[in-house]
Amino acid sequence: MTMQTEPYVLNVGPVHPSTHGVFRMRVTLDGEVVINVEPVFGYLHRGIEKLAEERTYTGIIPLTDRLDYVASMTNNAAYCMAVEKLAGIEVPERGEYIRVIMSELQRVAAHFISMGSFLNDCGSYFTPFLLMFRERERITDLFEMVCGQRLMYNYIRPGGVSQDLPDEFVPALKTMLEQMKKYIEEHEKLLKENEILIARSRGVGILPKEMAINIGASGPTLRSAGVKWDIRKADPYSVYNRFEFDIPVGEQGDCYDRYRVRMEEVKQSFRIVEQAVKQLPGGPVRAEVPQLIRPPKGETYAHIEAPTGELGFYLVSDGGIAPYRCHIRAPSLMNLTVLRDMMIGWKLQDLIVIFGSFAITMGEVDR
Amino acid sequence: MTVALAAVDVQKKIEAKFPGTTSIEKNAILVKAESLLDVMSFLKKSPDLAFDYMTTITAVDYFDYFEVIYLLVSMEKNHGLTIKTRVFDREQPSLPSVISLWHSADYQEREIYDLMGISFKGHPNLKRIVLWPEFKGYPQRRDYLQ
Repeated sequence: MTMQTEPYVLNVGPVHPSTHGVFRMRVTLDGEVVINVEPVFGYLHRGIEKLAEERTYTGIIPLTDRLDYVASMTNNAAYCMAVEKLAGIEVPERGEYIRVIMSELQRVAAHFISMGSFLNDCGSYFTPFLLMFRERERITDLFEMVCGQRLMYNYIRPGGVSQDLPDEFVPALKTMLEQMKKYIEEHEKLLKENEILIARSRGVGILPKEMAINIGASGPTLRSAGVKWDIRKADPYSVYNRFEFDIPVGEQGDCYDRYRVRMEEVKQSFRIVEQAVKQLPGGPVRAEVPQLIRPPKGETYAHIEAPTGELGFYLVSDGGIAPYRCHIRAPSLMNLTVLRDMMIGWKLQDLIVIFGSFAITMGEVDR
Repeated sequence: MTVALAAVDVQKKIEAKFPGTTSIEKNAILVKAESLLDVMSFLKKSPDLAFDYMTTITAVDYFDYFEVIYLLVSMEKNHGLTIKTRVFDREQPSLPSVISLWHSADYQEREIYDLMGISFKGHPNLKRIVLWPEFKGYPQRRDYLQ
């Protein structure tokens, strides 16, 4: 006689240690196997796109800090690029270099959090997570040095950055880069071929190449599927074409590949920072920009490679002091599209690993 | 560098196949709503355009009409194009869904439905995405008052 099972619905979240924010999955299970997932979100919806319509162009920057709140620098950078494109503002060379340094350090800091929490989900409970947080502290220390803030920077402004680097920044950065090499080595020794990590994530949650493109995935999620697409190379912005770096890609698009792509990207980011510090020119850090920016009538789209993927701002101006429309292309939201298709057929414990491997930030999904 | 294709050149190709469906608006192609799906399908499947990646869909409220903007990219050819379409009905605005061509339209069309109130015909799961189901009104519209 065969046993009859009845599917039942389980709520994962909204408040659950593995959802990294307030995210809910209505999971239908057949025994332990997932047969349907319905993502429910919006718990963190603050209406940032609407709020932006009644603020000045510079007044919106603090709002962008609160999108992907572990990568505020890149949010600032993407938004400011859109404003500059709309208003025709040229950024001085030193400003561009500082932006690149900040963006790459931010990428490392964000990847440390996403890798740490992913490893947490895989079962290596809090040891690598706290190690990564300890190293991330060094980067937030540097950010504090330049702008006085550790999380919500509001540092990158239309026309450049808010203030020049302090004298002690470059020596501190060089020391950090030197020490970080040792840490990366240590981390790789600990986890690269870790048996438990590989058992939990190798071959789990495979995202095929065609599907990754079709669902609009970007960032490490897309590259882990073997697509060599990075906005920094595909559509170079700022001064990225002056640096040498590689785009790491995955082989089969599983959770382990997504972790590996992030780790390799961290190494590439340090490579870029090293080159940028070496080439760092002198001069002003910010162009002369009026206090109230009134871009001419028109619309524009600017995008950058943020830690989670392609972050874009679509701005429409009617000639006033506030944008007529400000749409944010949030990479986390787009990467979530595939969640349901990827989770069906896997077991409940894999669901946590798959979700963790995407490194979603809810601030960006809900906006 | 992602090349922004000249809208005029692409429009010629579309007009050869679907005459009278498009016009030029700055460097974007404005497509009539009723032929949107045909044109999009052509853009995706035509081998020299090959738009395999739908970056963004967004909507802007201009009071007289809603403008829906599609940003397309071809990863294979590394070029991009902006497609626009307009909906004039303010009471029950509706457009064909492009989800059958690009699955990335799924959440974005739901978001536009949620915040701007444009419904997409052919979308399999069109319901509110960030606001709760009982919510009244469409807050992203310019005339929305709390």
